Amino acid sequence: MKKLINRRRFLQGSLVASAAAAFPLAKNTAAANFEGYPDSMGVLVDLSRCVGCRSCEAACNKEQNLPAPEKPFNDFSVFDELSHGQKRRTDETRYTVVNRHDIPGLKHPLFRKIQCNHCLEPACLTSCFVNAYTKTPEGAVIYDASVCVGCRTCMIACPFNIPAFRYSSAFDPKIMKCIFCYDTRLVKGLPPACVEACPQEVMTFGRRTDLLEMGRQRIRENPDAYVDHIYGENEAGGTAWMYLSPVPFEQVEFNTAVPKEPILNYVKDFLSIVPMVLTIWPALFTGIHLLATKKEKMEQQKKSEGSES
Amino acid sequence: MKAPHRTLLVAVALLLAGTSPGHGQAMDEYDAPTTVTIDSLSELYEPVIFSHVRHTKLARCKDCHHHTTGHQDMNPNCVRCHLHSPESQTVSCKDCHTRQQFYPEQVSELGNPNIYHIDKPGLKGAYHLNCIPCHVEKNAPSHCEGCHAMTDAGREFFRLTDKTPGTAKDKDSRVR
Repeated sequence: MKKLINRRRFLQGSLVASAAAAFPLAKNTAAANFEGYPDSMGVLVDLSRCVGCRSCEAACNKEQNLPAPEKPFNDFSVFDELSHGQKRRTDETRYTVVNRHDIPGLKHPLFRKIQCNHCLEPACLTSCFVNAYTKTPEGAVIYDASVCVGCRTCMIACPFNIPAFRYSSAFDPKIMKCIFCYDTRLVKGLPPACVEACPQEVMTFGRRTDLLEMGRQRIRENPDAYVDHIYGENEAGGTAWMYLSPVPFEQVEFNTAVPKEPILNYVKDFLSIVPMVLTIWPALFTGIHLLATKKEKMEQQKKSEGSES
Repeated sequence: MKAPHRTLLVAVALLLAGTSPGHGQAMDEYDAPTTVTIDSLSELYEPVIFSHVRHTKLARCKDCHHHTTGHQDMNPNCVRCHLHSPESQTVSCKDCHTRQQFYPEQVSELGNPNIYHIDKPGLKGAYHLNCIPCHVEKNAPSHCEGCHAMTDAGREFFRLTDKTPGTAKDKDSRVR
């Protein structure tokens, strides 16, 4: 009889614990509606304006104290460089690169600048198990290199292939990427170095909400000059850096397969049950196991006692 | 007795007309300076000595000055408000297009719902966005140093001073 009460109490206790675990789960689901910090900043990149002068690359290099490049920044032979069949990408020495794209039927090539798009709900941040990444209210996705263990999960999580790994250092490996000039400029309300350096005003810096309005106005007033889409308005749940293009985005090698909702949403249901599984299940099943085997043990004990006597 | 009065009135009217032109009156090339030295942005590149007189032969006033010289701009977006705009008090680029762009004051000003020109380029953007397409079209110089020579600060900025310059083969040869 006593045993039965114990089991009932135990089951009641585990139910309460499950309910407690389910409560933060409900909270997590509410976060699916997060639409970014209000008044967060962004940049609208207009591909029709870029002439490929690489001033942005030079400005980034200077602002972030990056190492000297192999070729100076006014050497345009870099546009012909291919590595493993791919155009240049961001790495530990360059947080932004400009690539040339020859578009069939267009008299001149288009140039596309790549850097971190500073997602509203960054996949890199979600994937990082040491919480090295932070999305700041100003809009930047920054990271704390001192806690990074170099697992490179964020490199796989990022839908835009932006975080780069410092392979050159065996003892201080860390992830490196564009930080929106967060510490030197964005906190003071100033535009990032690349935006300021651009002669063509390819990049417009402002509140993300204002930029969307500007983008829509440019499309509305010049319907022949742009495709009717702002890349980054909804891609990956919305990004702080957004793009306008005169040709369909896939022609400029944008990843148009990026889902419209945050990458986080695809793993959230799974991730939210991980703490429950890790904390409650071991206790629950150990308890059940102990209870189920207690009778056997007692019988064994009785037997051994009986055989002794 | 009445006659001198009338001439005086006419003279005053003419004077007034001369100082504040009304509708239908517009500036022409003879009102413009021969050269303009564009130096307010020079840092990485030398100032540009801009031959205004030469450019008046190649382009219309409104191609650069929009509606400000009193020539109506026929862009349908501008006509909505500027169909009868007279000559402005100032026609200088830098008086509308600011040298500093995207600074906090400008960003917060965009919250004002009464502003139509929410997407006005800064001074540097205005020059390049307006000059380069025309230079390309008319086969005028369209690479950076075709208009302004690089300064020492510029050479440092583009990392030309680090070591021997890279292959000059493709340098500045792109066409847009």
